[in-house]
Amino acid sequence: MSSPQRPHTQRVVVTSPRTRAPRAPRPYPASREIDEQSELGAVYMRSLIRTQRRLGLLLCAVVCGSVAALPLVFTFMPSVGAQRLFGLPLPWLLLGGLVFPVFVLAGWFYVRQAERGEREFAELVERS
Amino acid sequence: MSSTYGIIAVLVVAVGTMLVGTYGLRISRTTSDFFVASRTVSPWWNASAIGGEYLSAASFVGIAGLIFAHGPDMLWFPVGYTAGYLVLLALVAAPLRRSGAYTLPDFAEARFASPAVRAVASVFALGIGWLYLLPQLQGAGLTLHTVTGAPDWVGALVVAVVVTTNVISGGMRSITFVQAFQYWLKLTAIAVPVVFLVMAWHAHGARDLTGPEFPEFPKQTTVTFDSDTAFRVERATPYNGSGRVDGQRVDGGAEMPVGDHTVAAGTRLTFPQGAAVPHVRSIPSNTNDMWALPMRGGEQFPLYAVYSLIIATFLGTMGLPHVIVRFYTNPNGRAARRTTLIVLGLLGVFYLMPPIYGALGRLYTPELLMTGDTDAVVLVLPSRMIDGLGGQLLGALVAGGAFAAFLSTSSGLMVSLAGVLSRDVLRLRGVRGFRVSTVLAVLVPLGMTWLVGRVPVADMVGLAFAVAASSLCPLLVLGIWSTRITTTGAVAGMLAGGLPALVAGLVTISAGSRGEWFHVFLARPAAWTVPLGFVVMYVVSLLTPRKVPPGVNHVMVRLHAPENLGLRSQDRL
Repeated sequence: MSSPQRPHTQRVVVTSPRTRAPRAPRPYPASREIDEQSELGAVYMRSLIRTQRRLGLLLCAVVCGSVAALPLVFTFMPSVGAQRLFGLPLPWLLLGGLVFPVFVLAGWFYVRQAERGEREFAELVERS
Repeated sequence: MSSTYGIIAVLVVAVGTMLVGTYGLRISRTTSDFFVASRTVSPWWNASAIGGEYLSAASFVGIAGLIFAHGPDMLWFPVGYTAGYLVLLALVAAPLRRSGAYTLPDFAEARFASPAVRAVASVFALGIGWLYLLPQLQGAGLTLHTVTGAPDWVGALVVAVVVTTNVISGGMRSITFVQAFQYWLKLTAIAVPVVFLVMAWHAHGARDLTGPEFPEFPKQTTVTFDSDTAFRVERATPYNGSGRVDGQRVDGGAEMPVGDHTVAAGTRLTFPQGAAVPHVRSIPSNTNDMWALPMRGGEQFPLYAVYSLIIATFLGTMGLPHVIVRFYTNPNGRAARRTTLIVLGLLGVFYLMPPIYGALGRLYTPELLMTGDTDAVVLVLPSRMIDGLGGQLLGALVAGGAFAAFLSTSSGLMVSLAGVLSRDVLRLRGVRGFRVSTVLAVLVPLGMTWLVGRVPVADMVGLAFAVAASSLCPLLVLGIWSTRITTTGAVAGMLAGGLPALVAGLVTISAGSRGEWFHVFLARPAAWTVPLGFVVMYVVSLLTPRKVPPGVNHVMVRLHAPENLGLRSQDRL
């Protein structure tokens, strides 16, 4: 298989100009660890679930807990329930108006934090 | 109230709903279109649709009626209905969407891979749906009765027919349009009259709503009793009328002494301006300043009643079958969260209105305290406060909005009930199975309207919330956030929490007793059934560790990992 008259050849190094392209993935990316239910993948998932669970429970406890404390306040401190603010009885003002913007703010805060948690998780998984 | 405009408004809403539904029919072709609108609905559309579906008879007429009768303790209904979405947002919205299922039984199957868990979840989804559909039909009957004087069953039948036709022809896609349209219709119908009512109240001299006197007839008022009524008189009152009072035939003028009295159905009594309004026995007699204070409802265990209501509404929302089905129409978990956030805002705006009706009703429609038709306060108030054509048009607007409320909530319930029925009970696949199930889904509550007594609309909806909070809420919350829940634990927990709540609810509806000391524990069961459901589900799961469903870690990845990672575990529909 030898060719008697080889044409003149030259070796040329071909380099890619895409120097900022991402590095080649590791043989085992974290997403695959998660897919294949390895110990490492389970650790990744457990950390995500724990973060999101803590966030959700904390939000419910703080917001719903403080709103749900109002009946106790009204029962054991009747003078608070008889207060007036801006010409309206305090219980009406709180339960008929002010709680709703509080709920929306709390929801907005939760969505922001939950999306941040997911973004950090995604970065963690893609970086490794 | 003049009935012509009211009838026209109700007709316009019914026909408009059907037209928007037909428009949806053209683009609804496949089974997936039918069930979840092919998952292409944007957050704003979806949030409007959720709001439209969620604001039911209880929200539109019931809350104002309860506040009118019982005062600020009833503000916990709108607060709880909204807070329920906050809890739903924080604990289940995104994972529920990522589970990728159509109905609640589908979620049970996806999480536990067990036919038993699925079957129990189906039974509760059906029970809650029917318990919720019943007050919608009753509310429709009340509205048509108030507007036109037609018998109660007419309104129930009209709603049943319109909704069934609509759901059968268009399915969920058209329902999404219908629902989104109905949120804005309802908001307009309740908010525009409020502006005029408050202006009228100012024009009448802005009388104190919390004065030290009993509610008084604002002008000479004739009260007609549709059923036998027992009430309490706090101040001796002259009257004029015909019928039977305290078993005696009456014709002409007389005086009603302080104490308890009864009148027979068909009696008409006329009271002079300024007379104190007698209160029907189920409503405590309170002066306006006492009424405006919290925790003075006159119940035996007021703190228990309030906390039971808080637990039921905060946790029950996520277990309502028609609420859950809406989350599957979001394209992904992130959109599901954003949708829920918009819903919080939409509900908050709407719920500013009913308390205003309730409070103004004390001054302008106090005779409803005597007949016990407190749910009618929203419907009657505009034409009572504003004279002439303006008042009648506003009254028609409110009646149309109320009808929209019954139509939209019933539509959403029917879609989800028909979904559960066709997939789990009848096992009929495809569009035909869905249509057969729709008819069955409406016949059961329609039959029940003839059997049950008169329970306030919002109270009955509260019972549906209590059952949802005690059975499906533990399944969702523990199922999503704990890997230890076993199939045995899930079934045991749902039964332990849901069955007592369901039985208590049915007893309250059918017996309607008020006197016994334990009544409040049956009428508001959530405070003991919800902890029972959660504890039993968790403890039984810990005791049966070998029944943890196989592949639970796989499911957890699917529920919690963001979609954009391209994980294979998340491949699905």
